[in-house]
Amino acid sequence: MIPPPPGTGGGFPRHAMATVILQPAFARRLTGGVTNLDIDATDYQALVEQLDEQFPGFAEAVASHVAVAIDGQIYPNPLLEPIGPTSEVFFLPALEGG
Amino acid sequence: MGNEGNKFKWVGTRQVRPDGVDKVTGQATYGADFTLPGMITGKVLRSPHAHARIRSIDTSAAAALPGVRAIVTAADFPDLPSEVVAGGEAPVNYRHVSCNTIARDKVLYEGHAVAAVAATSTAIADEALALIKVDYEVLPHVIDVADAMRDDAPVLHDDLITSGVDPAPKKASNIASRTEFVLGDVAKGFGEAEVVIERKYTTQPVHQGYIEPHAVVASVAADGMATIWCSSQGQFMVREFCAKLLKLDDASIRVIPAEIGGGFGGKTTVYLEPLALVLSRKSGRPVRMVMTREEVFRASGPTSGGVLHVKLGAKHDGTLVAADIELAYQAGAFPGSPAIPGCMTAFACYDVPNARAVGYDVVSNRPKCAAYRAPGAPLSAFAVESAMDELALQLKMDPIELRLKNAAKEGTRALYGPKMPTIGFVETLEAAKAHPHYSAPLKPNQGRGVASGFWFNIGGQSSAAVHVNEDGTAVVVSGNPDIGGSRASMALMAAEVLGIDYNKVKPIVADTASVGYSFLTGGSRVTFATGKAVVDAANDVVSQLRARAAKLWKCDVEEVVWKDGVAYPAQGQTDTRTQLSLAEIAASAARTGGPISGKACINAGGAGPGFGTHICDVEVDPETGRSSVIRYTVVQDVGRAIHPSYCEGQLQGGAVQGIGWALNEEYLYDDKGRLLNPGFLDYRMPVASDMPMIDTVMVEVPNPTHPFGVRGVGEVPIVPPLAAVANAVARAADVRVNDLPISPPRLLSAILHK
Amino acid sequence: MSKHHVSTVINGEPIEFLCETQQTLLDVLRDELGFTGSKEGCGSGDCGACSVMVDDRLVCSCLVLGAEVDGCRVETIEGVAAGGNLHPLQQVFLNEAALQCGICTPGIIVAAKALLEKNPDPNEEEIRFWLAGNLCRCTGYDKIVKAVQQAAAIMRS
Repeated sequence: MIPPPPGTGGGFPRHAMATVILQPAFARRLTGGVTNLDIDATDYQALVEQLDEQFPGFAEAVASHVAVAIDGQIYPNPLLEPIGPTSEVFFLPALEGG
Repeated sequence: MGNEGNKFKWVGTRQVRPDGVDKVTGQATYGADFTLPGMITGKVLRSPHAHARIRSIDTSAAAALPGVRAIVTAADFPDLPSEVVAGGEAPVNYRHVSCNTIARDKVLYEGHAVAAVAATSTAIADEALALIKVDYEVLPHVIDVADAMRDDAPVLHDDLITSGVDPAPKKASNIASRTEFVLGDVAKGFGEAEVVIERKYTTQPVHQGYIEPHAVVASVAADGMATIWCSSQGQFMVREFCAKLLKLDDASIRVIPAEIGGGFGGKTTVYLEPLALVLSRKSGRPVRMVMTREEVFRASGPTSGGVLHVKLGAKHDGTLVAADIELAYQAGAFPGSPAIPGCMTAFACYDVPNARAVGYDVVSNRPKCAAYRAPGAPLSAFAVESAMDELALQLKMDPIELRLKNAAKEGTRALYGPKMPTIGFVETLEAAKAHPHYSAPLKPNQGRGVASGFWFNIGGQSSAAVHVNEDGTAVVVSGNPDIGGSRASMALMAAEVLGIDYNKVKPIVADTASVGYSFLTGGSRVTFATGKAVVDAANDVVSQLRARAAKLWKCDVEEVVWKDGVAYPAQGQTDTRTQLSLAEIAASAARTGGPISGKACINAGGAGPGFGTHICDVEVDPETGRSSVIRYTVVQDVGRAIHPSYCEGQLQGGAVQGIGWALNEEYLYDDKGRLLNPGFLDYRMPVASDMPMIDTVMVEVPNPTHPFGVRGVGEVPIVPPLAAVANAVARAADVRVNDLPISPPRLLSAILHK
Repeated sequence: MSKHHVSTVINGEPIEFLCETQQTLLDVLRDELGFTGSKEGCGSGDCGACSVMVDDRLVCSCLVLGAEVDGCRVETIEGVAAGGNLHPLQQVFLNEAALQCGICTPGIIVAAKALLEKNPDPNEEEIRFWLAGNLCRCTGYDKIVKAVQQAAAIMRS
């Protein structure tokens, strides 16, 4: 999401945005190589929707076998997990165990 | 059972487990102990070849044998498409699971199931197997992972194109995938390094080694309703896999968990269950199937072996500036080795600004690998922690000091991306350094090794219910097979929340029709995630108890306080009301609204990662190459030990499995790809006389996302021992062996050639 | 092929059974007589999960034929507790958490009981070597050895 240029007025609030960081291989596949993205979203679902708008196919690619780490905590099947204004978001392979 | 000065009444105490009496008296029912009237026996025909095309299967002679009631082959199973589906948590290719359960078109390892029969006795079933004629076209096979990666290797799957490589290869190969993780700039990092250690390591597949072979009883009624009794690490997983493999509704399968005689990850999949189900359906009788020990070795998943290349770069003062690992793990006959977690965990203990991990998942003609305690991590930790030891030696630094200098802390960025949350790695290093073991004197031919390890631990879906009985005692219902005492922990946590005596809270492990969905027992998740669900369910009960008291006292529920199993009016209220115990509220439940039950269904995130540091003393006999572990200490951050004894047990058991992995365990194949040691005599696991006492230090850095601070503990302890032992042997023998197992012949050869 | 008629005393009770020639004592105990406490871990005498006593001798019941125990006394895990009272070994195993999955526990208790009847004060090495034929994959043996030491002390007092 691109904030409006300064000086245009209109009262558009300037605030920090969540940072999505992708592994290079993942980025090559889905975002044309862009590994760092600033996204304005307050929950995981909104974040993915925005990424999918920018990079069609993103939502489907992370729909399964992907866990998400939000500020260091790992969520296995995220949907509405809240995302803060300075959150870091990572997509990880789904983790199992033995 | 004392309280030992902790702030909880029940959590942290060493109560007797509720299922214990049955287990010490031989009364507990494991998978093979279960019988049903009319039950018949199922047996599996297995491939004698490591790699072959199945031209035809003729079951007619077997079918004609009196006493044979059903025969199945792949023709009885739906032909599933090859696609990766979200199977609970991690991706599953159900076609692969199906073809592993019963071979379709090709057999891919010696022991691969080709057909199954059900007959009125084991003897008749065995006779029937011998009458099944399979026409094989034997193909060249490949066993070793490095051999399987070569251009001229026999290819197992002609549609397997390596994923993760761009552009995609045109030819099929045995390399299922390539994965890469990158942090910073390793080239630049190595450019700044003042000392570099670069080594190659190999490990062999090892079996989880559970003493109980796979066992199942399946009974399909005339209306198609299937009931399965089996020991597994997840009754819901068994239901899901059978439903997917046989295209059945979840609702038409009920899986009742038996007690389980060890799993360690090896029972997080199905082998016999779908076969037993179809045999029962075809025969109209309940069918029991139990693997022999030989079958367990020939046909159930070991974990991967691998080839690993590690490169570490550091400054003279020990600061790590770059780390690189390239690993190839063996998946067995179908893709799915834990190469990815191997990559992710490799450097997780350390704050390294520039790191890279590349992992290859490689198939070969061996049994399909299955999860084994922290899958993938012990191998990469073996490599990295061995290299760290060499780095310490080269820098003349104490190995614990080297690790402290680079230790991951809260906020350290992991190679796979996120920053570490609250963790206790440094605490384990400090505790190891301060332990008397670390400064105890050593004799000639003895050496001391140190190694650390990490595992994510997982959360996931769990359901729980707490029912208040009419007399104020309670039942805690959850859906996770109890592998090592978790049932007791559920009761401890529920008793703590409810505020009643632990002995009045009875936990049960329920079947798929009696409790909400729960992801399997594994990933060190049960005390964490199912524990959370139990706490939530108990809190739900407490809310209801307060509401019932409020009703009886005709006041607002906010005016009711719950403490130590009793409802009190909040302070400042009039004293016309008195207190109400849980038993009293239970006794009046019918009048105040009906039965009192609480439930919770969660998908737990925020699993706290675990770290451990091990100290191992080994004595080497330079004439035979035999290494004896003479002293061993496990230090681990457990978050909070709900039941300290069972927590210690995880640390000790995991360490000893790792010791066996390091020193003795491996699969030996002949030149036809047939397993030479499918038994406990020659697949040498540690026995009581091999081991010393395993001392444990449980450091507690509570996990803030769990009400009692729990971190998973079961898997971390198997991660450090491979390198702890290897480092000890290297220092004792003054020669380093980088190929596991460091069995006497290997070490002796290294000693003689040094 | 007719079955063998076998007369034994099992856990103090006279019991007669029929068995095939090839049935092991373990098969008979589990499949014919309902004594499922003894477990089959390997079928080749390497894991000890099937440990029982035959005429006061500790054996792997998977290596004994059912027909061989005609006229013998057999003791299994089911006979270790005296009525409703646990044997000290059983109680200590519970108190000290000397079991996790519990599948090896019957065999280990039978074996440990045999040791303590022969040697009431074994040291750690003696316990470990006596139990070397009983595989445990869960515990690493530490708590098992300590439990046997503790039970021995209780039985001596």
